[in-house]
Amino acid sequence: MTNNQLTDSGHLRHFLTIEGLKRPLLTEIMDRAEQFSSITNRQVKKVPLLRGKTIMNLFFENSTRTRTTFELAAKRLSADVMNLNISTSATSKGESLLDTLHNLEAMHTDMFVVRHSQSGAAEFIAQHVAPHVSVINAGDGCHAHPTQAMLDMFTIRRHKQHFPDLRVAIIGDILHSRVARSQIQALSTLGVGEIRVIGPKTLLPSDCQTLGVHVYHDIDEGLRDVDVIITLRLQNERMQGALLPSAREYFQCFGLTEEKLQLAKPDAIVMHPGPINRGVEIASTVADGPQSVILEQVTHGIAIRMAVMSMALGSQSELAEGSTP
Amino acid sequence: MKLQISNGRVIDPASTLDSHLDIFIDDGKIVAISENHEGFVADQTIDATGLIVCPGLVDLCARLREPGQEHTATIDSETRAAVKGGITSLCVPPNTAPIIDSPAVVELIEDRAKKAGRTMVYTIGALTQKLEGELLSEMMALKEAGCIGISNGLSPIKNSLVLRRAMEYAATLDFTLFINAADPWLQSQGCIHEGTVSARLGLGGIPEAAETIAVSRDLLLIEQTGVRAHFHNLSTAKAVDMIQDAQRRGLSVTADVSAHHLHLSEHDIGNYDSLSHVIPPLRSTRDRDQLQQGLRDGVIGAICSNHQPLDNDAKQGPFAQTKPGISGLETLLPLTMKLVDDGEISLKQAIANLTCNPAEILNIDAGHLSVGSAADICIINPNAHNECQPQHFISAGKNSPFAGWLFNHEVSHTLFNGKLVYQK
Repeated sequence: MTNNQLTDSGHLRHFLTIEGLKRPLLTEIMDRAEQFSSITNRQVKKVPLLRGKTIMNLFFENSTRTRTTFELAAKRLSADVMNLNISTSATSKGESLLDTLHNLEAMHTDMFVVRHSQSGAAEFIAQHVAPHVSVINAGDGCHAHPTQAMLDMFTIRRHKQHFPDLRVAIIGDILHSRVARSQIQALSTLGVGEIRVIGPKTLLPSDCQTLGVHVYHDIDEGLRDVDVIITLRLQNERMQGALLPSAREYFQCFGLTEEKLQLAKPDAIVMHPGPINRGVEIASTVADGPQSVILEQVTHGIAIRMAVMSMALGSQSELAEGSTP
Repeated sequence: MKLQISNGRVIDPASTLDSHLDIFIDDGKIVAISENHEGFVADQTIDATGLIVCPGLVDLCARLREPGQEHTATIDSETRAAVKGGITSLCVPPNTAPIIDSPAVVELIEDRAKKAGRTMVYTIGALTQKLEGELLSEMMALKEAGCIGISNGLSPIKNSLVLRRAMEYAATLDFTLFINAADPWLQSQGCIHEGTVSARLGLGGIPEAAETIAVSRDLLLIEQTGVRAHFHNLSTAKAVDMIQDAQRRGLSVTADVSAHHLHLSEHDIGNYDSLSHVIPPLRSTRDRDQLQQGLRDGVIGAICSNHQPLDNDAKQGPFAQTKPGISGLETLLPLTMKLVDDGEISLKQAIANLTCNPAEILNIDAGHLSVGSAADICIINPNAHNECQPQHFISAGKNSPFAGWLFNHEVSHTLFNGKLVYQK
């Protein structure tokens, strides 16, 4: 598979999926985010890196947190940013995805940040944009959410030193989760010792182990001695289509409670990509407890997105200027 | 008009003929297959030195999009593509618009095909009215109008009682039932094979059981009703086993496979390549290998194009929102012959899978070379070394995942009723 995310010189051009990216690049993203995160603690939070660049947030699916952090990240880099909620605009008038895209491109956009309900949508858009345009995947269907995965890795790195020594458990709806797929790929690329997924068979992909994970159906077994616990959001519509009987039964079997948390290592951290369903996948006492790093994840989201945006648009200037550094 | 095809290697699996002979054609019919024919003075001679001369191909499943979707393709455009692919007989499934559930639609298609005049077009009538799976169609009327078989197309019949009655009625009329086996519920959530690739790409999967449950139910009802049945487009290894078992038990059951399922697997979807979006989905490499084995064992008798021409827009978009289908008429022969080059099947078998076997399934007088029968002939250049270029397809559908594939075989001439309808 050709990796169209990278320029010929191996720099980031698009950021569509973790798959196919090498460890040094993921480390570079985190290192760069580390620099930016000191900026966001300053009084003046802006740097002029992307001054004059135009970034479009193309959200074909609703989102608050992800869109806001992308917007903040762009603004802190001094870019001009536009938010477009396409679900309520063009496509409802029957315009095709490509037509929408080409129209926006005609407005001299430098970067699209795309969220779409269909797996592969970001890849599709990246294949069709002009060469000078970068695409960042802000979540496509059940496929990938690479900036979320990177902010999670960043958060883990802040708390745990050495990835190969870690045992990470992801609990919940892996089947429909773009976050989980990207996390699994990032964790594998960073060399994490063991990745576990925990959930009922209805919420795990068939051939799940081919993703490079150990599969557990019993949360007690799965949580034993882990360093990091990631709980996933359970969409309400999963009760439809006979995937689960009820939210109550799900919480009983797979909800992260204080009691279950005891099974993990004493210094284990608890993560969640948000938004949280309290009492469904996680108990409030755990979400708000001392081991939870959930709000930190949100904060780190800005730095990670600044890192990815500046790297991708940096490669664009490299493309524009030819071989001169 | 007298025509002579000289010096070709004549291969006719129906009569186990394979030797260098001339074919003499007069008034659309073959009058002799021999070294020479006393007193025959040809108006035209085709020099087939170095070429293979075989019966015109018989394709069990090709959608021509007319009537109903003429903006996508027409009987005229697609029969042109068919003869470029060496095909002189083909079957259209009933899901046109209007659906082939009345004699008027049969007549319309046959008229247009006659006007095009390049290839025989056989219609398969709708098993149930509007393909809704509830009320039986007027099968007798459809049979009298010329339908060669009966089918519910890509709309599986959910109600087993209706299916049983439909089979009984078709059996009464000695009508062959064509089946696309799919469990509607297991199929509905997915767009690719449920397996490693669907897990990686986050696309909805269609499990193997979507096919095997349907094949299993249908076989039990076929056994009970005694209907003659043909399964279109098998995709799983298990379904091949089940059909083999049924054949061993003496059931009147045959099967075909599309040329693309013999070459591609789920992995060819790569990074959401919508050109490989097809239903039934491309499955695991093991399934693909077992489909080839099914051919060798004779469980699968025929290879079909499962031609589904689509316009470009239909393949533009996120994978699940693109339309499934491959434009297959022009790759049917080269893909089948590639199996010969790859050592999977013999040349004789390859030609049989495209000619006499499907003709036998349809019970039509085609797919063989014999004195007195219509001169439907395909002449093949076995040393073509062509790169597949879908943008140059004659078919209105350029939707093929085989761009860039190298093919050794190409059709050099196609004769239909003794008339040269295609020449490279």
